[in-house]
Amino acid sequence: MQKQAIFQSKLLPYALVAPQLAIVLIFFYWPALQAVIQSFLLQDAFGLSTSFVWFENYLDLFKERAYFEAIVRTFFFSFAIAVSSLSFALLLAVMADKPLRGGTLYRTLLIWPYAVAPPVVGVLWIFMLHPSLGVLARYLRALGIDWNPLLDGDQAAALIILAAAWKQISYNFLFFLAGLQSIPRSVLEAAAIDGARPMRRFWTVTFPLLSPTIFFLLVVNIVYAFFDTFGIIDTMTRGGPGKSTETLVYKVYTDGLLGGNLGSSAAQSVILMIMVIVLTGIQFRFVERKVTY
Amino acid sequence: MALRHFGAAFAVAVGMAASPALAVTEIQWWHAMTGANNDVIVKLAGDFNSAQSDYKVVPTYKGNYADTMNAGIAAFRAGNAPHIMQVFEVGTATMMAATGAVKPVYKLMQDAGEKFDPKAYLPAITGYYSTSKGEMLSFPFNSSSTVMWVNLDALKKANVEIPKTWPEVFDAAKKLKAAGHATCGFSNSWVTWVNLEQLSAWHNVPLASKANGLDGFDTVLSFNGPLQVKHLQNLVELQKDKTYDYAGRTNTGEGRFTSGECPLYLTSSAFFGNVKAQAKFAFTAVPMPYYPDAKGAPQNSIIGGASLWVMGGKSADEYKGVAKFLTFLSDTDRQVFIHKSSGYLPITKAAYDKAKAEGFYKDQPYLETPLLELTNKEPTENSRGLRLGNMVQLRDVWAEEIEQALAGKKTAKQALDAAVERGNTMLRQFEKTAVK
Repeated sequence: MQKQAIFQSKLLPYALVAPQLAIVLIFFYWPALQAVIQSFLLQDAFGLSTSFVWFENYLDLFKERAYFEAIVRTFFFSFAIAVSSLSFALLLAVMADKPLRGGTLYRTLLIWPYAVAPPVVGVLWIFMLHPSLGVLARYLRALGIDWNPLLDGDQAAALIILAAAWKQISYNFLFFLAGLQSIPRSVLEAAAIDGARPMRRFWTVTFPLLSPTIFFLLVVNIVYAFFDTFGIIDTMTRGGPGKSTETLVYKVYTDGLLGGNLGSSAAQSVILMIMVIVLTGIQFRFVERKVTY
Repeated sequence: MALRHFGAAFAVAVGMAASPALAVTEIQWWHAMTGANNDVIVKLAGDFNSAQSDYKVVPTYKGNYADTMNAGIAAFRAGNAPHIMQVFEVGTATMMAATGAVKPVYKLMQDAGEKFDPKAYLPAITGYYSTSKGEMLSFPFNSSSTVMWVNLDALKKANVEIPKTWPEVFDAAKKLKAAGHATCGFSNSWVTWVNLEQLSAWHNVPLASKANGLDGFDTVLSFNGPLQVKHLQNLVELQKDKTYDYAGRTNTGEGRFTSGECPLYLTSSAFFGNVKAQAKFAFTAVPMPYYPDAKGAPQNSIIGGASLWVMGGKSADEYKGVAKFLTFLSDTDRQVFIHKSSGYLPITKAAYDKAKAEGFYKDQPYLETPLLELTNKEPTENSRGLRLGNMVQLRDVWAEEIEQALAGKKTAKQALDAAVERGNTMLRQFEKTAVK
């Protein structure tokens, strides 16, 4: 089935698309091109001396062990954030999907955290878990846990994953709830009549029917963990202790803005851009086709 | 109102805005001062503007130090840099390397024909911002140094004397810990500034070659010597049972002193304002501790804080205004005012003497502590200051390695070796891009 709109004049469709195109060109393609150009240059912070160095910035990056560590760390973080956030949101959605009194209220409350900006999320969790100010930190100490994310890299990483996943739960919850509500009741009732228990009904009927939603959210969550966690990391740990919470996007910031090394920073941005293009490509090619709707 | 008239009125209004009635030259001043220190800046600009009618200084707050510097660099790249930019001391090398982007202060004063005697300033402060020939590159505005803040009540309760040397500090901290400060005997902010940069200067050992970078960008780091390793090793040992407790890379841990948790705390002398406002106990600030077996220690401390850089590419008239403003800031009474109202140090000898003569330090001896440290001895190659490129990021790298040592993942020696090695890589990178 082909959709076709009939335009009388040749120019009108172009005129209608122009504003959108202009926005994309100015706010996306132009800066992206700038980053690509910058990544081939070696330049001081003020832009006074510039030399064209071909792929030197990229080669320097691949010689840097810290860069590979950052890649591994970023993938680990993304995976941990996506999995913990998705599974928890699914659990909440399944519970909220049940007919219960005050269900609307629960749903509204669960959506709230999504409205909180990432840096604020960072500050909120710091208030609870900062080793010397934190409310929760005291309880952890009382339990005999030596809680000190300022020095313990694993604890700092756990802190970031916790805060980032918490913020994303609302978003995932919304989609899961919509997905659950679009599952035909008749199928579930048929399974119930066949004697399938709730758990079995969930895994054999609900979960497969939710798979497109899950895949979509998986990609969205990974992209979120790649980029949007910047604010959380900056307010909570600033990439420390050591480098235990320095992700790729945070490294772009520290190398470029704090270190004034624009060439390397631009090269890293280009690599990040390629990663996201690949991810999106996978989503369109693979996920959209393989999933049974 | 007819649209035509509106247009005309609008054009007139725009025209008026573009050419002020009295040809006043505006001087843009970007800074990073908040709270009480921002009030000082506003007052200084206001006083200057009402003292004469040719120039108008317009101060603008641009965020924290790093933000202000980035804003200035971005503005320069876009061709509209401010006239005066407040840059923290660790940005000095970056600014210096930008030949053409900045106008050195000594040249500015020469060109504008302003009376300017570099000898009138405290060498311990101006040395940081001058070439090895003594040419002042930027104008020191707000300087501080590292001091040890002491909770006198806590020490009295634990029956501990104010410690003067590091071994005494460790002893005192253990006693304080036993007397109820279980989570923190002593601590510090600005981990690298205190435990590497100041420690090296205070003990007259080099942090880097070429007079810590003051004499050239081909400087090589050397802070993995026996003294620094010994000190870090001591901190690592004491971290295990919280006799020492790490408080982060910046000054976020300072509340631990004012809340009474850490009775001994090394940080900037500029912490005074907050201590005065928040501490519910008797306090003082004493010079940094030293290792008595180190030869010649204590030497002299180096400064922190920020200086004013004059940006390049402005007109002769604008520069004349900037020069007049710097002369205005150097005035003795004005320096005394800045010193008293902000807790930052006076930059001229005359202002220091005047504050002393007025008995300013009599009931607040701790305000003189940083000055006594800075002027303790004639600065050497190792204690004039630091000038290392990409210092902001360098500090992060050093802090990362120190954190690894404190967390027990590396020995003190391994950590400092790695910090030196990684730092040198960055310095070579900076050297490549620095304008020759």
